[in-house]
Amino acid sequence: MILTQDSTQIEVTIHVNGTPHAVKTDPCVTLLDLLRDHLQLTGSKKGCDHGQCGACTVLLDGKRVNSCLVLAISREGSSVTTIEGLGSIANLHPLQSAFIRHDALQCGYCTPGQICSAIGLMLEGHAKSHDEIREGMSGNLCRCGAYIGIVEAIEDVMESESSREENR
Amino acid sequence: MADAALNTGRPLLRVDGPLKVTGGAKYAAEYDAPDLVHGVIVPSSIARGRIVSVDTRAAQAFPGVLKIFTHENRPWGAHFSVFFKDPMGPPGKPFRPLLDGQVHFSGQPVALIVAESFEAARDAAALVRVSYHTEAHKTDLEKEAVHAYTPPRTRLGVPPTPKPTGDADRAFASSPVKVEATYRASPENHHPMELFASTVVWGADKTITVYDKTQSPKSVQIYLKAAFLLFGRRVRVVSPYVGGAFGLGLRPQQSVFLAMLAAKALKRSVRVVIPRDQMYTLGYRANAIQTVSLGADEDGHLHALKQEAIAATSQYEDAQDPMLFFSGLLYGCENVKLAYKLAKLDTISPCDMRAPGAATGMFALESAMDELAYATGRDPLDLRLENYIDYDQMEHRKMSSKALRDCYTQGADKFGWSARTAAPRSMRDGRDLIGWGMATGIWDAALSPLPARATVTLTADNRLEVTTSVTDIGTGTYTILSQLAADAMQLPMDRVTTRLGDSSLPYNPTQGGSWTASTAGSAVQAACEKLKDKLLKHSHRTDQASLTSDPSVEFVTLLNVAGKARMEATATITNLPFGKKFTSATHSAVFVEVRIDEELGAIRVTRVVSAIAAGRILNPLTAQSQIRGAAIMAIGKALHEDAASDHNLGRCMAHSFADYHIPSNADVFDLEVIFVKELDTEVSPIGTKGLGEIGSVAVAPAIANAVFHATGYRVRELPITIDRLLPGLPL
Amino acid sequence: MKRFRYMKAVSVREAIGIFAAEPGAALMAGGTNLVDLMKYDVSTPTVVVDINGLPLHDITEQPDGGLRLGALVSNADVAYDPRITERYPLLSSAILAGASGQLRNMATVGGNLLQRTRCSYFYDVQVPCNKREPGSGCPAKTGLNRGHAILGASPLCIATHPSDMCVALSALDATILVEGPRGVRSIPFSEFHRLPGESPERDTTLEPGEIILAVDLPLLPPSMGYSYLKIRDRLSYAFALVSVAVLIKIDDRIIQQAHLSLGSVAHKAWRDKDAETLLVGAAPVRAVFKRIADRLLDSAIAQEQNGFKIELAHRATVRCLEQAAAGTPQSQANKRIC
Repeated sequence: MILTQDSTQIEVTIHVNGTPHAVKTDPCVTLLDLLRDHLQLTGSKKGCDHGQCGACTVLLDGKRVNSCLVLAISREGSSVTTIEGLGSIANLHPLQSAFIRHDALQCGYCTPGQICSAIGLMLEGHAKSHDEIREGMSGNLCRCGAYIGIVEAIEDVMESESSREENR
Repeated sequence: MADAALNTGRPLLRVDGPLKVTGGAKYAAEYDAPDLVHGVIVPSSIARGRIVSVDTRAAQAFPGVLKIFTHENRPWGAHFSVFFKDPMGPPGKPFRPLLDGQVHFSGQPVALIVAESFEAARDAAALVRVSYHTEAHKTDLEKEAVHAYTPPRTRLGVPPTPKPTGDADRAFASSPVKVEATYRASPENHHPMELFASTVVWGADKTITVYDKTQSPKSVQIYLKAAFLLFGRRVRVVSPYVGGAFGLGLRPQQSVFLAMLAAKALKRSVRVVIPRDQMYTLGYRANAIQTVSLGADEDGHLHALKQEAIAATSQYEDAQDPMLFFSGLLYGCENVKLAYKLAKLDTISPCDMRAPGAATGMFALESAMDELAYATGRDPLDLRLENYIDYDQMEHRKMSSKALRDCYTQGADKFGWSARTAAPRSMRDGRDLIGWGMATGIWDAALSPLPARATVTLTADNRLEVTTSVTDIGTGTYTILSQLAADAMQLPMDRVTTRLGDSSLPYNPTQGGSWTASTAGSAVQAACEKLKDKLLKHSHRTDQASLTSDPSVEFVTLLNVAGKARMEATATITNLPFGKKFTSATHSAVFVEVRIDEELGAIRVTRVVSAIAAGRILNPLTAQSQIRGAAIMAIGKALHEDAASDHNLGRCMAHSFADYHIPSNADVFDLEVIFVKELDTEVSPIGTKGLGEIGSVAVAPAIANAVFHATGYRVRELPITIDRLLPGLPL
Repeated sequence: MKRFRYMKAVSVREAIGIFAAEPGAALMAGGTNLVDLMKYDVSTPTVVVDINGLPLHDITEQPDGGLRLGALVSNADVAYDPRITERYPLLSSAILAGASGQLRNMATVGGNLLQRTRCSYFYDVQVPCNKREPGSGCPAKTGLNRGHAILGASPLCIATHPSDMCVALSALDATILVEGPRGVRSIPFSEFHRLPGESPERDTTLEPGEIILAVDLPLLPPSMGYSYLKIRDRLSYAFALVSVAVLIKIDDRIIQQAHLSLGSVAHKAWRDKDAETLLVGAAPVRAVFKRIADRLLDSAIAQEQNGFKIELAHRATVRCLEQAAAGTPQSQANKRIC
C-alpha cells in the first residue's frame, strides 16, 4: 500500500493530551517538530534531534520515547502525552511538584523530558532502587547537573505512592 | 550580614519552577510569528582556504526555499565594515558570518538557507555544493605551541596575568625539593541543553522583537542596532528563559546574526536554530598545555612557583581568560613567575566556559601541589594549610574576606579526610582501588565591570514588580531577586514578581562572571531603599527611622496615603575599577573519593564534598544546585569531555552527544555542598560574592589527585579516560 | 534529509516486494537509527517502508524448547520478558546495558541487528568514508581511531558494530530467520554480520530484498553461568569501548561448555569457537581464562590510538569469565564491576 508520493503532504491524526489533532504533514516531519512547530506545543524540547539527550521525551501510547526519532506520519491514531498534558501550574502532577520541591531543575530546558521520562520509568516498574533510577534516567542529559534532585524527586513520588498502596 | 530576613538566606523554592515543570517557560526558538520562515546554516567542510564557488541551484529549486544567503549575495551592513567589533570580543577582528570567501575554521557558516519550513531549509541545505581552494590548516596545539606568543593586547574585563615577584628561576633552581611537570587539558564545548537559536519577529510598525538565546539581551540589542544599522527601528531583545549557556551566550552568536541578516533582507520574521552538530562551531574552552614548577623546602614550604600556559586561540582573535590570574593568590611564595601565552589555530575563537581559565589553570597548579605533597611526604591538605596566606601577595593587598581555612577544615571534617592513608594504592574495597584527593579552588568576586540598573514598582494592590534586563540562565536569579526585594519591602514572596531577560528593562550588562547575584541583587536592594524613601517622602511621614525597621509596616499603606496607584524607583550600581583597597575572591576546598576497578580502569566519582566560601548565600537551595551542577560539569572535564579534532581534516569530530560525552545521571553519586560562613562587606552591598564559577574550579584537579591516590599513577592530561589510565594499572 | 516516499506495508510479502523492487528503499521499524541517519543525510532512502504493521511483534515458544523473537519486538519488551530474564538473562542484561530507556522502547530486535556503525566519520557527510561512500577513503585510519576495531578490520574500514544485544545473541548461537524474494532461510548468527573486507558498505550477508522475520534462540543447557560486561567512556548511555558476553557451564569445577563473544572490537560481534574449546575440560580459574583471552586477541592489530583496547579486551574477557563462573553476573544498574 503506497501512502505518499514524493513529499506529498498527507493527513495524520494524533491524539495529543487527549485531543485529536488532524495535521497535514510531510513524511519527513518528526513527531517532535509536529508538536513544536505545527501544534505549538513547545514543552517538548529539541536538545540534539538525534536521540542522544532525551529532552524530547514524550509518552507515546503510554511509553516514553524520543519524539525526535519518530516520523509523525507513522503514528496515525496513536496517543501522545506531553508535559503540557501532565499537569498545570494550578494542578501540578505529583512529580512536577516533587521536581520543584527537590530543586530538580535549573535552566529548565531538559526538565519536561526528564519528567516525562521519569513517569515512563515508573510505569515500566523499574524505578525501585536508587541505582535503578539513576541508570533508568540516564537517557536524559542535564547540563546544569540537576541529577541528584531529579533522583530525589522520583524517589519521593515512589515512596508516597508505595505508602498509599500500603494504606489501602 | 545577619540573615534575620524572612526570605533571603532561606532555601525557598525556585519561583520559575512551576512554569518550567509544566513546559510553560518559552525559550528562544519557541516563539511563533505570522509568516515565520526558517534559516539553516550550511557549514564549511574545510578548516582553511577560500570559497571558489557556491552552487545553490539545487537548493534554490527545493520546494519552500525562499532565499539563500552566501558571501556573494549577502546584504551590506556595518558588521561587514573592518571597524566593526562586538563589545565583548577579545582583541582582534571578530568572525563575521558570510563576510567573504575566506574560511577560518571547519564548520564555518558558508550559506544560510531560508525556507518556509524548518524541514525545507534543513533538506535544501544538504543540496548546496561548495568548492574550495584549500590551504594548509593548523589545528594541532601540540604542533603550534612552539609559535606561542604573549598576547600584545589584553582583553577588556579579563584581569591581566600578574607580574613576577622575586626571582622564581633562581629560587626554583636552589630549592631542595622540586616538582616540575607538564599538564594538558583538552578542548571542551559548553553544550547547553538548549540549542542556540534566535527568532527575529519583524514587526510592521518598525519594531523588531528578537527572541534570542543569550546571557545578555542588552548587549545583543546594542550589537544588532549597530551591526545592522537599525537606528530608525525599535529593537527589543527578549530572553526570559535561557536553557543554559555557561559562557557561550556572552557574545552575540551566529544564530542571532544570521536571523537578523535574513529578516532585514526579507522583511520577514526568521528563526535560526544551530543544530547540535554545529554547536561546536560557536566557541570552546581553550585546550592548553601548562608546565608548573614548584620549588620547596623539605617541609613543603614553597619558595618558587612557576606556571606557564599555552592556550589555543583562533587566527583572528586573541581570546584570553584568567588561566593563571589566580595562581599566585593561594599559597605564600616570594618567587612567583606566571607566563600566559597563546597559539593560533584554524578554529573558531575560544569562548569563556564556566570558570574560564581558572578551571584549567587550577587543574595544573593543584595537580602539581599534590605532586609536591607526595614529594615532601606531606598530607595534601596539611601542605596547603602550611602554605596558607590570607593576603594578596601579588598586589600586596588585603583580601576583603577569605574563609578558605574554614573550607579546608569543614570540608575535611565532613569528608572524613583524617581517615585517609597517605600511600597511593593503600585504600581498597575488593577490586576497587579507592582514592581520596583534594584541591583548592578560587574565583574572582566582583560586581559586574559595567554599571547595572534595576527598577522596583509597587502598585496599589500591594504587588511589587522587580525588573532588570539580565537573564536567568538557570542560576536562580529570578528567585534571589524576589527574595531580596520581598525582604526589603517587607512583603511576602508571593507579592513579588521579577521580570528579567529583556532589553527594554533597566540596563544590566550580562549574566556571567559570577557577578550577577551581587550586581543585580545590589541594584534591586538599592532600588527598594530608594522606593521606600520615596514612599515616606510622599506620605509625609516623619517617623521614618522606626518605619523602615518595623517589619509590620505595609508600604502599600504609604502608597495609599500618598494617593498614588503606583510608585517606582530605579537604582544604579557602579563598580569603580580603580582605587580598590582589597582583593576579593571566592574560595573552595573540594574533597573527592574515586573508586577505580584495579584492572579495567573504570572510574566512579563516588563522593564529592565541596566546601565553598562565597560570602552571603541568598538561597541555600538554589545555591546548592548551582555548586552541584558546577561539580558535575567538572566531572565531565575530568573524565569525559574532549572536543577532539582530526588534525588531518582540521575538524572537530566530537560533534554529537554520542561522541562528546557529558556526565549522565549514572555518573553522579554523592555530592555534598557546605557553605562556610563568610562575612564580606566590600564586594557587594548585599554581602554576596558570586557562585557561578567557584563550584567548578577545584573538582577536576581533586579528581585527578584522587586518581593518583587510588592508583599511584599520575595522569597529567584531561580527560582521564581509560586509555590514559590503563598503563598505570599493571596486573 | 533527502525527501522520500512513505509506505506502510501490511504484509511480509508486500514489504519484500517493495523492498526488492526499489533499490533505494529502506525498511523502518523503531526508526531510532534510520531516522537519525536520514537527518544526517547518511541514509538517503527514496522510499521508507514502514513495517511496524507486520505481524512480527511476538515472542513465541519454539518446539525445540527455544524462543523466537519477532523482528518487531522492542528491545525493552525482550529485556523485561520473564521468559527472557529466566532463560536468557545474558540477553536481557546486554540489552539493558545499551542505549536508554526511551530508545529501548522504540528500537526493535531486527533494527538492532541492522544498526550501522557509530564511527564519527561515517556519520559526517562532509568527510570521506568508505562505508558511506565506497572509494572515498577512511580518515579514521590516520585520524581519531581510539574507539575503532582491533580485530578483523580491513585497509578500507576499521569501524566497529556498536550493538550490545548482538554480542549476547552471538554468544547464544542465535539464528536469524529471514525472508526474501527467494523464500525463507535461516542464517547462523556468526554468519549474519560480515567483516568489512573489500566492501565495507555492506554490514550483513542479507541478500537484496531480504527482511528479518525473527531471531531464534536455541534451548540452553540448564544453569549456565553468564555475564555481560561493558566498558565505556561514561557509566551509561554510551557505546562500548569493549564489551564481553559469556555463557559458561561448569560441573564439578570443570568447564563443560563456554561461549564467549566480544563487542565493539570488530565489524561484528567477535566469536572464536575454536578458542572456546580451550576452555572445555579445564578448571574455571584465572590462568585458564587468561589463556583464552590471549588466544582470542592474538590476531588483534592496533591503530595509532586504540592499542589500549587490546589490553582492555583481554582484561575484560578474563573478568567477565570470572563473573560468569562465579555466578555473579555484572549488574547493569550498579556500576561497580563485580
